[in-house]
Amino acid sequence: MAIVAKFEIHHSQYLDPHGKAVQPLPEFARDPQNLAALYRWMVLMRTYDAKAIALQRTGQIGTFASLLGKEAVEAGVGSAMAKDDVFLTTYRENGAQLMRGVTLKELFLYWGGDERGSDYSGPRRDFPMCITIAAHATHAAGVAYAMKLRREPRVAVCSLGDGATSKGDFYEGLNAAGAWRLPLVFVVTNNQWAISVPRSKQSAAQTLAQKAIAAGVDGAQVDGNDVVAVRHAMDQALAKARSGGGPALIEALTYRLADHTTADDASRYRSPDELAEAWKLEPILRLRTYLMEHGAWDKAKEDVLLRECNEQVQAAAQAYLDTPPPGPDQMFDHLYATLPAALQKQRAAARGED
Amino acid sequence: MAQITLVEAINLALKHEMERDASVVVLGQDVGVDGGVFRATLGLASRFGPERVIDTPLAESLIAGMAIGMAVEGLKPVAEIQFSGFAYTVIDQILNHAGRMRHRTRGRLSCPMVLRTPCGAGIHAPEHHSESPEAMFAHIPGIRVVYPSSPRRAYGLLLAAMRDPDPVVFLEPTRLYRLFKEEVADDGQAMSLDACHTAREGTDITLVTWGPMVQTTLAAAADLAEQGIAAEVLDVATLKPLDMDSILASVARTGRCVIASEEPRTASFAAEVAANLAEDGLLTLLAPVRRVTAYDTVVPYSRLEHQYMPGKDVIVTAAKKVLAFA
Repeated sequence: MAIVAKFEIHHSQYLDPHGKAVQPLPEFARDPQNLAALYRWMVLMRTYDAKAIALQRTGQIGTFASLLGKEAVEAGVGSAMAKDDVFLTTYRENGAQLMRGVTLKELFLYWGGDERGSDYSGPRRDFPMCITIAAHATHAAGVAYAMKLRREPRVAVCSLGDGATSKGDFYEGLNAAGAWRLPLVFVVTNNQWAISVPRSKQSAAQTLAQKAIAAGVDGAQVDGNDVVAVRHAMDQALAKARSGGGPALIEALTYRLADHTTADDASRYRSPDELAEAWKLEPILRLRTYLMEHGAWDKAKEDVLLRECNEQVQAAAQAYLDTPPPGPDQMFDHLYATLPAALQKQRAAARGED
Repeated sequence: MAQITLVEAINLALKHEMERDASVVVLGQDVGVDGGVFRATLGLASRFGPERVIDTPLAESLIAGMAIGMAVEGLKPVAEIQFSGFAYTVIDQILNHAGRMRHRTRGRLSCPMVLRTPCGAGIHAPEHHSESPEAMFAHIPGIRVVYPSSPRRAYGLLLAAMRDPDPVVFLEPTRLYRLFKEEVADDGQAMSLDACHTAREGTDITLVTWGPMVQTTLAAAADLAEQGIAAEVLDVATLKPLDMDSILASVARTGRCVIASEEPRTASFAAEVAANLAEDGLLTLLAPVRRVTAYDTVVPYSRLEHQYMPGKDVIVTAAKKVLAFA
């Protein structure tokens, strides 16, 4: 029997859980100030996350999907993308969205049940969060096709989770990206859990990265708790896609340190021991350790940063709370470019005019 | 002016718009070199190239999803789903994404795409090739559902669909694709959407219909005319949003109405028209409204399809029952 195809999946890590560099850092990470900038973002994300959960617990926003534990994935993706790229996300990528210019107030508005939160003032071409799992993998293929057709040096970035890789839409989008060599980078955040279903039950595949290989797409795995590894993999994938080299998939291994959403209770299906072990690998501590050991961070800076992040998040939450709720017209506004006559009657009824 | 079939009219409209607007792209299975299984996209690939006339992998959700991505990113995609029986997986994309994009981003993004799919029975096709899904699509907020019934209408309505700023599901009646020819001027004139068309004027009864059933209903109206009954035939053309005002105005003149469609009866679009007549036209009615539809069965395989599809005689019988009501 002849072997007709062979593949291997590479895993990369630069900073280990103790904050030690396990191999020479890539160019951008050699200046600790660059890493300190990413660290600041990651702390802002965690502050935002804690505030959102507090707002939900006090009935001030609706169900919220925490990003706790994936700050390194967020910072790696958000910092690597160019302004004119297009980000297509799920509901757990608020960190990268912040870095792309979505405001904290918009995020609070969104989770507070107000569609005005998806009218991003910063990244006007970025897609709203995709709630139906993996559908946006096909949208991303369309976006990337448009970019390629117009010969633009832009890339579509589609981020999704481990559970999403079981869906047909994921394979359909990935397959199309391979078939047309589209400028499209898939980021699979493998946080080990799709609500209550663990990665081991999601797929018999050894890695999720290898699903890309079947579609003729480059696939690689990185330590998703290591912002250097995520950022470097993104830099390489984006540069290749931007210059016509085609798509890539990055599987970022991390752990969902929170419940699936505020409506979930993960203690029903996973052990406290597993969670405690995962905390030892979390992304922020290792980066802070590295920065402190390289003289780029200290307690004074940390105190200032925490205060600034709290103030920023607090102000945004207040701005959301101060936003008057929309009136019934909002149901009809923007449904079509021009509201059809048939719906004008329904709008009148919603206004109480009928 | 050329005499052309309905499918040639679709081809003509696509060609016209691709020539006029460089952002128009066509995508679907076999739409390129093959020109589509019904030849609706014949000659487009050689004229506009494979980058704009795109043979996709065999994946319906991808076709619809890609069209959404392209439309949001500024192209004008016209996606083809080979048969309506394969269109059900794209309902997720149309309902959850295409129809919501403008709304959920407060107008920041929009989704000006057209999803074409051939519909209806009567061409001895395999299983899953003969469905009438108009009610399912018409139930979706934020989109238009258009169903032409003649070559001229197909040309004008498809141009309008491609120029519409919102998503349009464009259903095409397979059994009319090559049934007859009409003179169609390639003048680039779009018809207005959201409007019923009077296919035949009459004063005694209003026959409301759309898509493939328009020809059947016109044949019924001709039979009725021989019996001295002047039936008005309304071609709904745009099912969503529905131009109920035109239907109500016609029924106000005639006082009687039959709605003819090829759908399964329960929760059909015909039921929607009847419900609106009951709410807003009851006092103008001289008789109960009747629906002529297919049965609540699966579309049978081709040996039985002519017993499934409502024929002109059923429409004539229904019209006479409505007319006989004192």
